[in-house]
Amino acid sequence: MKILKYIIFIYLLVSVNYLSAQEENLQNKITKNLRCLICQGQSVYDSDSEFANSLKIIVKQKLSEGKSEKQIYNFLEDKYGKWILYDPEFSKNTYFLWILPIFLFVIGGVLILKLFIIKKN
Amino acid sequence: MASLIGYYSLIFGLCSSFFIIFFSVKNFKDSSTFNNKILSLTFLQLFFVVVSFFGLILSFVNSDFSNETVFNHSHTTKPLFYKISGTWGNHEGSLLLWLLVLTLFIFLFLLKSKTQTKKYRILTLLFQQIIIIGFFIFLIKTSNPFNYIFPIPSEGLGLNPILQDPALAFHPPILYLGYVGSSIIFSSTLSAASLNYISKDWAKHIKEWVLISWIFLTLGILLGSIWAYYELGWGGFWFWDPVENVSLMPWLALTTLLHCILVLEKRLALTSWVVILSISTFTLSMCGTFLVRSGILNSVHTFASDPERGLFILIFLFCLIFLSLFIFFFFHKVEKKNMKNFFWLSKETSILINNWFMMYFLSVVLIGTIYPIFLEVISSDKISVGPPFYNKLIIPFLIPFLLAMAIGPKLDWIKSEFQIKLYSVLFLIISISLSFLIIKNLSVNFLLNTILVSSAFYLFFITLRDFFDKKFKLFSQTLAHFGFSLFILSILFNNIFSTEIITNLKIGETFKDDKFKINFEKIEKRNEQNFKEIVGKFSIENHNGDVDILEPAIRIYNQPNISTSEADIKTNLLTDKFMTMNLIQNQEYFSIRYQIKPFMLWIWFSVSLISLGGLISLFYRKYEK
Amino acid sequence: MKNKIFPTFLVFFFLSIFFIFFKGLQNSNIYIPNTNLEKNIPSFIAKLFDSDDNISSEEIFKENKFYLMNIWASWCVPCREEHSFLMNLSNEKNIEIIGFNYKDNNAKAKSFLSELDNPYNLIISDKDGTLSIEWGAYGVPESFLIYNNKIIKKIIGPIDKDLFFEIKELIQ
Repeated sequence: MKILKYIIFIYLLVSVNYLSAQEENLQNKITKNLRCLICQGQSVYDSDSEFANSLKIIVKQKLSEGKSEKQIYNFLEDKYGKWILYDPEFSKNTYFLWILPIFLFVIGGVLILKLFIIKKN
Repeated sequence: MASLIGYYSLIFGLCSSFFIIFFSVKNFKDSSTFNNKILSLTFLQLFFVVVSFFGLILSFVNSDFSNETVFNHSHTTKPLFYKISGTWGNHEGSLLLWLLVLTLFIFLFLLKSKTQTKKYRILTLLFQQIIIIGFFIFLIKTSNPFNYIFPIPSEGLGLNPILQDPALAFHPPILYLGYVGSSIIFSSTLSAASLNYISKDWAKHIKEWVLISWIFLTLGILLGSIWAYYELGWGGFWFWDPVENVSLMPWLALTTLLHCILVLEKRLALTSWVVILSISTFTLSMCGTFLVRSGILNSVHTFASDPERGLFILIFLFCLIFLSLFIFFFFHKVEKKNMKNFFWLSKETSILINNWFMMYFLSVVLIGTIYPIFLEVISSDKISVGPPFYNKLIIPFLIPFLLAMAIGPKLDWIKSEFQIKLYSVLFLIISISLSFLIIKNLSVNFLLNTILVSSAFYLFFITLRDFFDKKFKLFSQTLAHFGFSLFILSILFNNIFSTEIITNLKIGETFKDDKFKINFEKIEKRNEQNFKEIVGKFSIENHNGDVDILEPAIRIYNQPNISTSEADIKTNLLTDKFMTMNLIQNQEYFSIRYQIKPFMLWIWFSVSLISLGGLISLFYRKYEK
Repeated sequence: MKNKIFPTFLVFFFLSIFFIFFKGLQNSNIYIPNTNLEKNIPSFIAKLFDSDDNISSEEIFKENKFYLMNIWASWCVPCREEHSFLMNLSNEKNIEIIGFNYKDNNAKAKSFLSELDNPYNLIISDKDGTLSIEWGAYGVPESFLIYNNKIIKKIIGPIDKDLFFEIKELIQ
């Protein structure tokens, strides 16, 4: 019963990343993932500041040149550093970031099983 | 004058602490009953803080610019209502609000705990005093709201106009009643743990305080989101911004605690876990205060950031943590026979599962918020952790969580028989079919959304049916869970069905696509007390021929000299129509953003339902079976 | 004995978290994109401000001298503050000042220059702001000190007295 649940989670986790590529306008998706650097906590998509507007134009240009999403992120990361990206990519710097919560989840499950469910002698 | 009284009142308040401690320790050790002098002294301390607070309010109302805080955050042309709310809309004033809630809650606690033992009450008071003294010192030494400046300026620097909004005026007080109110849970738990006082009766007694704190925290967060939606002009209400996360984390811990207390009350199990959760809730509040006020994080609503203040809070926070660790390991006794086994299909287990998921969500938010700080210290690399991270890690887990919420309340304590009722299967089929029909025409993330919406619908139908069932006893819980299902459904539908048009228009121009026709009719200019306004009048016709008139505006404030974009929002039961307009530098046209956002009202309404569930539980306190 | 391990571990755990937060407090919070130092300048073709011709980056930065690339606009208030420093620098022999007119209206930009004087050897129009993004800038005013087609120093915000003297020293 529980194993089934685990399988479903993992499947869903994978599918989220997989399927989300097809959703919505790619331009919107990219600009939602970019931080407006002169605003205090807004994405380029949400912001109407000068910087955000210029960045939207650049994203549009690059997309029409045929660049992929990853290439655009690399281009901007090169100019502005990783901070401009809201989605922390899964790299050696961020292993813990992504894995730690899942790890804690698994530990939690194990703890509950051991302490409360499995019959003690 | 008001500032002077306010300042000395603060000093007197701090001094009262020493009297309180003196008499409390004496009373603790002796054999007599609770000394009512202590109660009076606690009230006296509350009184001093209230006077101080009013002193600050008066200084704001009178635009007394000899007071540095008033000078920095107010202006003579500010409307009276916002002069008053400006009192707590800044760092120093909000800390005074902290003190107000801290002293208020301990006084109320002493009043309402007359049936508890003397030692427990006094020890709670003492722990709370540690926090109170810490804040008094913090306030007086680093964040004095009554600093005198000379020569006295004739005008103030004004409050950020984005903060001049009714929702935001009420947001801090209500939020603090929850956020700071969790201090009483912290103090009383440490006290109970030290005295080995944790029992079913104690759980019942503390549940009331957990509920009060929880209700206000929920409402406070709701108000913050409503403000963000109506005022910030981007059409969103939650951005996983660090300050938002900081209010969410105690809420998650508090909700978990609320569920745990039920187990403790009924079966005297999970005592250690309850202690840990109680301590964690307030620790998270303090940690959040540190993150937001020290300048260590960058966010849309940080207060004035100051490393010196940050250092004080950091040290204070960790003193509290180490104190809690000390008490937990040295005093708290875990009786072996409390480590009961739970049957796998029982209400206890379902609450454990709730805890399991809630702690996971908490860890996601905590790690996401703090990780960039750690990374920067260790590797000098600066990264952002934004909405994509939280969405990816939280959304898939919502599915089993929603299902567990539907099934859990139906299980019995200790042991449940595995029965599959007809209606639950029926609802499952209806939920899945309904979701399928709704989502199939959209290409968005089909599988995930369908399952998610199905789970939310399932919880929705199950709880809805419960209202019509005989059980009035579980009403508050059903209401809160129903509210939650409605909340998830509203957010999902809002996400799936929102549409938006972004374009540039000149005055007189019209935009047309196959769904809408937007006509930029004209511009009106207005002058108000502290700003000038350019209002654009737009008529929007949809494909049915219905016309809406929306009037977004651009405001140019005089003090401080900034301009903001004011959205015009037409709200009705089903949808919000949201429009903003922005000036493009040195061009003749404006950039227009028109959004259709369905079910916004239902998002606010569902969260209110959740709090209402808590409120009803508070007043209808007969423990539900 | 086992009972002592877990609390001790927790104490060390929280102590280390304390130290990390402590160090974090001391780091500056203003985000300046690191590097751009010793980075090559971007290669581009842009439109000249006062004519319809285009010019390439190679043409602009071809000589063996210092260049100060300055992003400015007539609607930008801090640009006025740094203007006197720019005028002073424009009198130096071994540096040329290149202006990027950012999202501006030509008429207003011209009147800005006639009001405050023109320190620029050359001005380029960046009407939509995309060129500035190629440089990794995000607003006005910003300046880049260039030598040998490399960015030596990046200045965010208006040039103040300290920065002005720093530039003067660097170009000797």
